[in-house]
Amino acid sequence: MAASGGRFLSAEEHAVVAAACARLIPARDPHPGGAAVGCADYIDGLLGAFGVEPPRIFAGGPFSGRAGGAAGFGDFLPLSRVEELAWRTRIEGSRGIAAREFNGPVRGWQEEYRAGVAALGADFTTVDAAIQDARLDAFPDFRAVLYRHACEGAYAAPEYGGNRDQAGWTAIGFPGDVQPRGYRDIEVSGRA
Amino acid sequence: MSDVDAVIVGSGPAGATAAEVLTGAGWSVVMLEKGRNHLLALDEPYGPLGHVSNDELKFLSRHFLGPDPFLEPRTFRHRESEGDRIFTGGVNNLPSTVGGGGFHADGKLPRFREVDFHARSELGPIEDADIVDWPVGYDELEPYYAAAERLVGVAGDHTANPFAAWRSGPYPMPPGADMYCAVLTSEAATRHGFHPYRAPTGVNSVEYDGRPACNNCGFCAFFGCPIEAKGDPVAPLRRALQTGRLELRTESYVTDVLIEPSGRRARGVRYLDADGSPHEVSAGTVILGAGAFETPRLLLRSGIGNPDVVGRYLMFHFQTYVLGIFPSRLHGHRGRSVTHLMDDPIVPDDLAAAAARAAGLPYFRGGIVEHGSGSHPIVEAIHLPPGAAHTRLMLESPMRDHMVAFTMQGEDLPQSTNRVDLDPTVRDVWGAPAGRVTFAPHRHEAACAAHWAPRLEAVLRDAGADSTFWVTSPPLEDAPRRFGRDPTPISRHIMGTARMGTDPRTSVCDPWQRVHDVENVLITDSSVFPTSTGYGPTLTIVALALRAARALAGLDPLRSTRPPDAPGS
Ligand SMILES: Cc1cc2nc3c(=O)[nH]c(=O)nc-3n(C[C@H](O)[C@H](O)[C@H](O)COP(=O)(O)OP(=O)(O)OC[C@H]3O[C@@H](n4cnc5c(N)ncnc54)[C@H](O)[C@@H]3O)c2cc1C
Ligand code: SF4
Repeated sequence: MAASGGRFLSAEEHAVVAAACARLIPARDPHPGGAAVGCADYIDGLLGAFGVEPPRIFAGGPFSGRAGGAAGFGDFLPLSRVEELAWRTRIEGSRGIAAREFNGPVRGWQEEYRAGVAALGADFTTVDAAIQDARLDAFPDFRAVLYRHACEGAYAAPEYGGNRDQAGWTAIGFPGDVQPRGYRDIEVSGRA
Repeated sequence: MSDVDAVIVGSGPAGATAAEVLTGAGWSVVMLEKGRNHLLALDEPYGPLGHVSNDELKFLSRHFLGPDPFLEPRTFRHRESEGDRIFTGGVNNLPSTVGGGGFHADGKLPRFREVDFHARSELGPIEDADIVDWPVGYDELEPYYAAAERLVGVAGDHTANPFAAWRSGPYPMPPGADMYCAVLTSEAATRHGFHPYRAPTGVNSVEYDGRPACNNCGFCAFFGCPIEAKGDPVAPLRRALQTGRLELRTESYVTDVLIEPSGRRARGVRYLDADGSPHEVSAGTVILGAGAFETPRLLLRSGIGNPDVVGRYLMFHFQTYVLGIFPSRLHGHRGRSVTHLMDDPIVPDDLAAAAARAAGLPYFRGGIVEHGSGSHPIVEAIHLPPGAAHTRLMLESPMRDHMVAFTMQGEDLPQSTNRVDLDPTVRDVWGAPAGRVTFAPHRHEAACAAHWAPRLEAVLRDAGADSTFWVTSPPLEDAPRRFGRDPTPISRHIMGTARMGTDPRTSVCDPWQRVHDVENVLITDSSVFPTSTGYGPTLTIVALALRAARALAGLDPLRSTRPPDAPGS
């Protein structure tokens, strides 16, 4: 399963994932919800992490530039040999490769998404919300993977591909990364 | 001829402290660390690498500091009758990286009290537990505690804790900024007769040792510090590197300690490098600072140490989380995660003594209570149900912006059945048997938690919480109160497993932390702790490592005098 340009999902699959994220994290004023904050972009970027170099696993540092300093989060860090083994196995699955199967075969997220999205149905984006919920409930294992990734996509640093324009953080009143500015003592100890 | 005077396994507080002492005394040292280096450059001037950041995903979801549980799984069961294991994955993982757990702890660094070193003779035994005295006492350790506080850089108020042991002097820095939520809970705790105090923390409150003051960024416990305001163990490691006598080899996984044919001496260690190629380092002394989980695993794989004791008496802290949800926002994301502690459950009052008797126990040994803030957003999100409730609750933020968490680090009594050994089938990525935990708490821990939790809930309600509840880790097997589905204890305080003592039949190390039967192997981590006490272990790890390493290098023991007016128990 190739991940060209650091993406994995087809346009149709991407739309299904976005619609599913909108049910797991529904919009509610002022929260734009899982689709609008870009959870599907985050997930696509994770599934296609090895299509870019260095892979999109560990964002760089020490600062993002949002609170001062130079922007370093976007310069992803290279992986070690065993880290690459772990993350490729998680994402691509073990595929019978002995080095990945020292404790047995592993099913990868790419396969889980391909199969999970197919199971939700090609018409998933067009059916009623209640039907969408029922289909998600019918595949609890896939729903759990999707929910975990949707939460990461909504509230992780935007450099990972989700939390578009920090919309997830803004909605919940979380300021995100604050180095190197930090907080003054009065902001820590005071009520406001 | 050996390659070096000493080889040190592990670069956490235990290994780094030994490295500083030995290189300072002129020894040549190779340090082997299986994890990656994100802490400091390995050439002059050994500055920060800039990999550390305020990034929740990287640190809390993606195992940035290791160990990745896929690569290094551990297994768990409560008791042998459950079969080989009931859980495989991450079990009490401390980071595996240059700096070890010190790098991402938030560094509350209290000392133990005098009685902690002789609980057996002062308080007596408890049935079904092996409480023993330590072979070293507080008065002897005091100058090493003082040196450890200077070396790491601890900020604190030496007058603040009425239960503290005597001290030869104040902390090297004043305490840092108090978190708003802890100010509220400390005031309420005082009203309830508790004695909260500003936590001694290994975080700079002012510029110290060439590193800046903490700027309260809030990504503290579980994260590295992007500006190096935390001293442990970057400070000792950097000083050791500056001598030019420390060579730190990273991504170097030690597979075994090599023993001379006599069986009485080690000649070095074998390790695999980043590519998986094997190497050996020969050394006059082998120092194990791999942490209280990996050190016994290495001893077992190498066939070293009293086989009746190695790996046994594994202790965590029995953690009781007492949680309060407050109606107003507390901005717990600003500050060092925990800024206040209280020792009251360690020094039981009449109520606690009566509760212990009612539970059929001679006494309770509780633990420090940490006044802590709520979680980060991804953690809050994944603990909420998906659907409409997710968004509503994320906007309300009960577990992040409205929560205060009291954590009691309850003393975990030593039991020989609680142990680390080698799993019969699960392997790590290097092909070695995974470490396996067999652990069930003593009934003392559960009874003690059940006594203190409601008293702490009352404090939180008085501080303004409109709902409170409590859970323990590990979860009580027969109780409905569960913290997630995971049966394993989540405590990151790991102790025991190679206890020290004077009798080689009942201990693994002597009072100077040398393995009884292999004279040139020294253990500097919390494996050597005979009991767990109710305090965070790390300052005591560093103090003991200073003492043991100085003795090894033939340096004079440190001495201090108790001021005549010293408060303390
Ligand atoms: C979030 C968090 C908060 C904490 N807060 C506190 C606190 O407030 N107060 C407190 O006292 N303690 C705290 N701790 C605990 C503290 O981190 C540990 O007590 C401390 O790190 C132990 O130091 P150590 O050097 O013995 O072991 P570690 O820090 O675990 O270091 C051991 C090192 O050895 C390496 N190693 C292991 N096996 C091998 C091998 N075979 N080959 C090569 N290298 C190997 C590991 O990779 C690791 O880097 C906290 C921990 C965490 C995770
Ligand atoms: S709160 Fe302070 S010590 Fe902790 S990571 Fe932030 S700046 Fe560093």
